Amino acid sequence: MEPIIRVEGLAKKFGDFTAVDGVSFSVEKGEIFAFLGPNGAGKSTTIKMLTTVLTPSRGTIALNGHDATKDPAAVRRSFGIVFQDPSLDDELTAEENMEFHGVLYGVPAKTRKERTRQLLEFVELWDRRKSLVKEFSGGMKRRLEIARGLLHHPAVIFLDEPTLGLDPQTRNHMWTYLQELNAKEGITVFFTTHYMEEAERIARRIAIIDHGKIIAMGTAAELRERTGKNSLEDAFLALTGNVIREEEAGATDRMRARGRMWQGRR
Amino acid sequence: MKTIYILWLRELKRYFRSKSRIIGSLGQPILFLLALGYGLGTVFQKAGEGSYFQFLAPGIIGMSIIFTAIFSGIQMIWDRQFGFLKETLVAPVNRLNIMIGRTLGGATVATLQGLLVFLIVLIPGFHPYNWMLVPVAVLFMLLVALLFAALGTTIASLLDDMQGFQLIMNFLVMPLFFLSGALFPIDGLPVVLAGIVRFDPLSYGIDSFRILFTGSGSFGIGVDFAVLASVTAVFLALGSYLFSKIQI
Repeated sequence: MEPIIRVEGLAKKFGDFTAVDGVSFSVEKGEIFAFLGPNGAGKSTTIKMLTTVLTPSRGTIALNGHDATKDPAAVRRSFGIVFQDPSLDDELTAEENMEFHGVLYGVPAKTRKERTRQLLEFVELWDRRKSLVKEFSGGMKRRLEIARGLLHHPAVIFLDEPTLGLDPQTRNHMWTYLQELNAKEGITVFFTTHYMEEAERIARRIAIIDHGKIIAMGTAAELRERTGKNSLEDAFLALTGNVIREEEAGATDRMRARGRMWQGRR
Repeated sequence: MKTIYILWLRELKRYFRSKSRIIGSLGQPILFLLALGYGLGTVFQKAGEGSYFQFLAPGIIGMSIIFTAIFSGIQMIWDRQFGFLKETLVAPVNRLNIMIGRTLGGATVATLQGLLVFLIVLIPGFHPYNWMLVPVAVLFMLLVALLFAALGTTIASLLDDMQGFQLIMNFLVMPLFFLSGALFPIDGLPVVLAGIVRFDPLSYGIDSFRILFTGSGSFGIGVDFAVLASVTAVFLALGSYLFSKIQI
């Protein structure tokens, strides 16, 4: 069977800097796939290219049988995404954020209402559906984003560090739901995380990217075996080294700092 | 169509929800109207130009429209920084429709703000010479709003943070306003200034308001319409092009 995601020779350069350097991998339909790597290794850049917001410098991406550069609209219909940073409209209510998403993805009104209810009940936000998102805590926003990403029943869901800053209860709840959805509907889950035990527990296969290249790929057991370590965390460190990576503050980080300062005045 | 509608609706919802923004952005036009309208009124009358208040009111309506419209276009930078733009960009919809929906929403909001200022200037005694022309004036207000909302979106597509915001206010929005003839009659100006005024699209907007509200203007309503419509078309095209190139 044709894999749901097939990436060949994917590369992205920003000026002289090569963020992603000839990455190839494929993900089978219905798989739960973890994409790991230290900060600045090229994870987010890869996800951005997979989700068509960034054009690759080289290489091809096929998602659900569609080419990401030639037919981005078909690719966009095939996936849902939960970004690393929040991407909700704070001035709208939870329900309005769902409605906005449903309309953009062409989900018929009746189905949209049913699924909104179902999903919001599941993430335990149905009672708060009329509240503005700006009143929500970080965990609530995350839950709402997951619900929103699933509203159009995508074939693949991308989750970029979805559990960052969530308490173990919420994390557990979220994964249980995603695993259930994966088993029942065959939805493919592609996620990144810094929690190794999460990748070990949830993912069927794991790819480790460093300096823009995939340095290892396989099940958690295979990665442990290959490095002769007892845990995925140790295997990860053995593969990527102990050096702490520096990441430059992008425009977004600077902006966010200023945004916090300004919040009262907006 | 639905995409355009939902993005338009979003702009309106955001506008009506931020009461402080509505009221806050009325402060400046009212201040200009009171300080200049009454402060310079006697001088203006002595110079034989009639009531300065009647003259100034259409300019102040134009001021509130251009500020609100450009600002709503520029707000896209916030969406970009706070992530919401990504949600619209990964959706399987044409980016042109996203841009149109946003711009129409921003233009509607700016027109509402202009109407609000129009209602306010009626209180101290501004009176349109022909009420039948007020609906036409509203259409022109919408056109001006569209022009500057598209300009705002165009600028916002080029910037990726708010660093440049102050620059735009001081070197674009302020000059556009002060050099538009909103505050002074544009007939008989020194040659250089007269040339600059003719180059400023807002001049034609304010001229059209003046013609429709008070019955006298400089360029003629046909010229005003032609200039406003073509500049709007250019900015819409440019804005759509730049918006379609955004990467995050």
